[in-house]
Amino acid sequence: MSTNENGMRESDLFDRATIHEIQRAAREGMYSIRGFGAKRKLPHFDDLLFLGASMSRYPLEGYREKCDTDVILGSRFAKKPIHLKIPITIAGMSFGALSANAKEALGRGATAVGTSTTTGDGGMTPEERLSSKHLVYQILPSRYGMNPDDLRKADALEIVVGQGAKPGGGGMLLGQKISDRVAEMRTLPAGIDQRSACRHPDWTGPDDLTIKINELREITDWEKPIYVKVGATRTYYDTMLAVKSGADVIVVDGMQGGTGATQDIFIEHVGIPTLPAVRLAVEALQEMDMHRKVQLIISGGIRNGADVAKAMAMGADAVAIGTGALIALGCNSPEHEEEYQKMGTSAGFYDQYQAGQDPAGITTQDEKLGARLDPELGGRRLANYLRTMTLEAQTLARACGKSHIRNLEPEDLVATTLESAAMAKIPLCGTSWYPGCDQGTF
Amino acid sequence: MGTETVNLLDTELRALNDRLHHLDLSKDPSHFVVEEPRGKHNIACGLTDEIVVDIKGHAGYYCAGMNQRATLTIHGNCGIGVAENMMSGTVRVEGSASQSAGATGNGGLLIVNGNAAARCGISMKGIDIVVRGSVGHLSAFMAQAGNLVVCGDAGDSLGDSIYEAKLFVAGSVKSLGADCIEKEMRPEHLKTVGALLERAGIDDVDPASFKRYGSARKLYNFDIDNADKY
Ligand SMILES: Cc1cc2nc3c(=O)[nH]c(=O)nc-3n(C[C@H](O)[C@H](O)[C@H](O)COP(=O)(O)O)c2cc1C
Repeated sequence: MSTNENGMRESDLFDRATIHEIQRAAREGMYSIRGFGAKRKLPHFDDLLFLGASMSRYPLEGYREKCDTDVILGSRFAKKPIHLKIPITIAGMSFGALSANAKEALGRGATAVGTSTTTGDGGMTPEERLSSKHLVYQILPSRYGMNPDDLRKADALEIVVGQGAKPGGGGMLLGQKISDRVAEMRTLPAGIDQRSACRHPDWTGPDDLTIKINELREITDWEKPIYVKVGATRTYYDTMLAVKSGADVIVVDGMQGGTGATQDIFIEHVGIPTLPAVRLAVEALQEMDMHRKVQLIISGGIRNGADVAKAMAMGADAVAIGTGALIALGCNSPEHEEEYQKMGTSAGFYDQYQAGQDPAGITTQDEKLGARLDPELGGRRLANYLRTMTLEAQTLARACGKSHIRNLEPEDLVATTLESAAMAKIPLCGTSWYPGCDQGTF
Repeated sequence: MGTETVNLLDTELRALNDRLHHLDLSKDPSHFVVEEPRGKHNIACGLTDEIVVDIKGHAGYYCAGMNQRATLTIHGNCGIGVAENMMSGTVRVEGSASQSAGATGNGGLLIVNGNAAARCGISMKGIDIVVRGSVGHLSAFMAQAGNLVVCGDAGDSLGDSIYEAKLFVAGSVKSLGADCIEKEMRPEHLKTVGALLERAGIDDVDPASFKRYGSARKLYNFDIDNADKY
């Protein structure tokens, strides 16, 4: 609780942000739509620690001994699974939400380090196909820009059931971001708000989805891995149903996951955090004897190598990043402070992805702004960030004596809070107990 | 030309689709007859060549899905999502079609001789759909482009949240969805309907008997004063 210089107490309930939002709503008569992910404090990977090697565990030499990072995605049914050099992928972000240069930069950065990038609502741009060695093609409810030629050009397909920022919600690209090119790709008039449906148009439940997945496999001659992406809610059951529907890979996006444009109320109040979601997905896979057979990709608030290593120790095969990648390209950089100030915001606070006025040229369709982002330089920065995260994750894995990041295990972790212990089912440090565990000692 | 017959009782669906996906039209036949489809799903989806396919019976889900250039006839009924996301070509259903017929289609012509169930033409993006009978509720939901011609009646919430697609219904419309209104039938619309009926082989329904429905374009950009209309 904060106090001002006169010793006056700020309300915890009606804090400045809340008061500001009520005033804004009263003025504008519209709920707040924004980009970025949840801003509230939630139990997260920061609440876990690695134990590291000790008398009973043998570490690997930090700078010398091998610690592999590769991952194969789609080995269940696909004739051509994807082999990535690092387990950090670039999540689906649409052309429309992002500029063409930003999409190209993501492709370049990902390709430089041997990982994949993903299309998004609105279809595949030639730039991103050209710049991405491994490109995952999203199949969303709107089916904007969806066509079978691009389907065949993709290296994997991802059926998007939901997104962590808005499970149960559709998309929205506000009119100011609908340039002629975006409009044409989506077969809609320029300048109008584009709603993306929240339900798929041609399947309604897991039984239908099984047939839908088979259709996609038939069309692509069973070559391509098929991912199913869900926003984290009833993750245990969703994972089971996705496996039953025939997915090769499951992508679980926690509520902290970023978005291009969603109602603030949705971002902050729907879904469950990434931490319990990983645990629930892994439990479901283990129960079905499908852990490591159907691969699990985790996203939602992955920022550094520690997050990567902890998600993998809990049983994920790989992670995906959105917001972190945009920041690496230059989003929220102090370089643009003057322009942020003019918009009433500041570097570190900028979340107006929906408005299309991004001074960094990333979340915009304005040609002049978009041209500010040099895709080569952006790609280089993203590659640096991905390499750094990988090195960090390897450092932690070696400290735990693992010659492959994937060999990290829940036993390498402890929790620092009761909440994280309960959600991750990882023992509270100094104990062998977590809430709900009937054997451990406190 | 030449005709090849494939019987799905003794040929796996995978083998049929694989064959249809890898044709060499300089030597392979361009007419295929599929016998004993028995409601199997995903028959002849993802075709890319200018071939003719006759399916001699009922088909399951997603028959002719994402079709490009091919001409298919289903001599029976079909399941959910017939010709979904079709790009070009022609798909004809001699019987009735289940939900989401022609969903998200970008081009080509889908003809349903019987009725089509709910969500016919949902999110259509340029496809033309002609239904000889009636269509179910939420047909042309969020329809973006193309023409939907219904010779019978339409169910509840026709054209809900419609964008620029044009809807023509000869019979009754149970209710119109959000932002969908009746519009004037001008000479160019009579021409469009007449031409589509002709292509569908329907010569006993008068284009002048259709009413046109489309977007009021009131919900195209958010306005808080329209909040009760959502
Ligand atoms: C600008 C932006 C656009 C996005 N567009 C899509 C999209 O089109 N489809 C989708 O499935 N997810 C989309 N997402 C969500 C990401 O795929 C991913 O789930 C999320 O960003 C992961 O969380 P993180 O941002 O904390 O890394 C978008 C996210 C952002 C930041």
